[in-house]
Amino acid sequence: MAGMLPSPKAAVLEVQETALLAFRAFRRAFRKPFYVRDILTQMDHVGVGSLTIIMLTGFFTGAVLTLQSASEMSRFGAVGLTGTLVAVSLVRELGPVLGALMVAGRVGSGMASELGSMIVTEQVNAMRALGTDPIKKLVVPRLLATVSMQPLLTVVACSMGIHRGLADAVGILRTSPDLYLNSAWNGLDYYDIAGGLLVKPVFFGAVVAVVSCRCGMRTEGGTRGVGRSTTQAVVVSSLLILVSDYFLTQLILEYSP
Amino acid sequence: MSRAEGDGSRVRVAQAPLIELRNVTKYYGDVRVLDGVSFALHEGQTKIVLGGSGSGKSTMLKLMMGLETPDSGQVLIEGVDLGRAGERQLMRLRPRIGMVFQESALFDSLSVFENVAFRLSEVGTDEDTITDRVREVLGFVGLEDAIDKMPAELSGGMKRRVALARALVSRPAVMLYDEPTAGLDPITSRRINELIIRLRDVRGVSGVFVTHRLRDAFTLASEIAVESGGRVRFIREDGTFCLPHTRFVMLRDGRTIFEGPDEILRRSDDAYIRQFIA
Ligand SMILES: Nc1ncnc2c1ncn2[C@@H]1O[C@H](COP(=O)(O)OP(=O)(O)O)[C@@H](O)[C@H]1O
Ligand SMILES: [Mg+2]
Repeated sequence: MAGMLPSPKAAVLEVQETALLAFRAFRRAFRKPFYVRDILTQMDHVGVGSLTIIMLTGFFTGAVLTLQSASEMSRFGAVGLTGTLVAVSLVRELGPVLGALMVAGRVGSGMASELGSMIVTEQVNAMRALGTDPIKKLVVPRLLATVSMQPLLTVVACSMGIHRGLADAVGILRTSPDLYLNSAWNGLDYYDIAGGLLVKPVFFGAVVAVVSCRCGMRTEGGTRGVGRSTTQAVVVSSLLILVSDYFLTQLILEYSP
Repeated sequence: MSRAEGDGSRVRVAQAPLIELRNVTKYYGDVRVLDGVSFALHEGQTKIVLGGSGSGKSTMLKLMMGLETPDSGQVLIEGVDLGRAGERQLMRLRPRIGMVFQESALFDSLSVFENVAFRLSEVGTDEDTITDRVREVLGFVGLEDAIDKMPAELSGGMKRRVALARALVSRPAVMLYDEPTAGLDPITSRRINELIIRLRDVRGVSGVFVTHRLRDAFTLASEIAVESGGRVRFIREDGTFCLPHTRFVMLRDGRTIFEGPDEILRRSDDAYIRQFIA
């Protein structure tokens, strides 16, 4: 992996190029032509395609959260607060972050390898030669798809987790379903929901698409290069998700009362 | 650059070359791939670019298409300096030039029909016109039957012909061919060469033909296509003289070391050229 570490100068340049790609993609997203078919295909791929792994992620995260919190809570005699704990952990952090990490692994790697193959086989050059802008045709649809689908996927993950917790709360902890669900719902405020189910997923979705497309587009060196780009896309977007989560959380906490 | 035509009473200024490179230098990293190359393609001309592999032929074509930018020097399409042209102007100029890439570069997620139709669907041509035009160009390259196939199902020669059709669909004035016969057997190569000669002689398409295979180069420089009564015949000139409007350019390590007709190239006493020709 040592070979993957870029020199400081190359790293700065790379950050600059990635920012430039993000800027161009956002600007072009509002200009004609709109590749509606490509956008829908990508939304289907990102959204419907990731549904299973997102549901599994939410399901087991909810399950393990309930187990952990239930044993703590019963020691303090506060089993009634299990719902709050599960919901708050899921909606604020685990849902958006784990959901985005899963999408980075599944969708980001796919984007990088697809664009990477298109680069090394000159398909991107062929596209440019035919008068089509690859950023519009390839990057914008992927960006719009992740940005729009990531919030929905996060909602699915969180609701899977909370309902999975409900099963344990009722089955093992013998609380009533109403008590659990009320405690879950009351634990969440407006800022938790806006931050965890909208701001974070939108931002993480953009990170995955921009980083993965950039990694794909800068591919060189044939098939091995494609492999390298794919790995880079997953590693860099996952890291950026974790880092930006820290700053986004600070920001959201600052605004919430 | 002006030239008097006819009886002299009407002086017409000759058009700018379709494509021009002026003293172009191109680096990849620290490697100088092109070193002060100048080149011009006028309307009606065919230029055959020869050179060993790695001599910078593909890079030269990419520069002509504006797919790469020179580190110094200028690239002009129809007199427009690409270095000063905006992205939109570039997008408008590029369809005037068709390019067949070295490995075909077909879109592998699209069918043959969608590949060939790509340019037309991008500019919003209506469905019927697209279908007609795609059938027409696929007919020209003899691949109507493959219209619903995917690129993965095609042989190398068929891919090359689909790539040719894809480039032709916008009726470009110039075609750039990057080793269109590389890796193909002699019969398939012959077929591709005939298509290129037909485009040149019957349709009047100017071209830049890049190859490292001398045989193809001499075929292109000595045969003409004649269409009569819907049939196309290929006539071989006696081979001692190069066709007018056909010129050879020889690249070596990013420099042009020869430019002229083939009878001069054959007589060259440059050691590298002699070795290349032998
Ligand atoms: N994208 C690239 N990055 C780095 N080096 C390249 C790239 N493309 C071509 N080269 C190098 O430039 C030189 C010329 O390449 P090319 O124009 O493809 O030659 P040719 O088509 O004549 O075989 C070669 O040495 C090749 O390795
Ligand atoms: Mg080449």
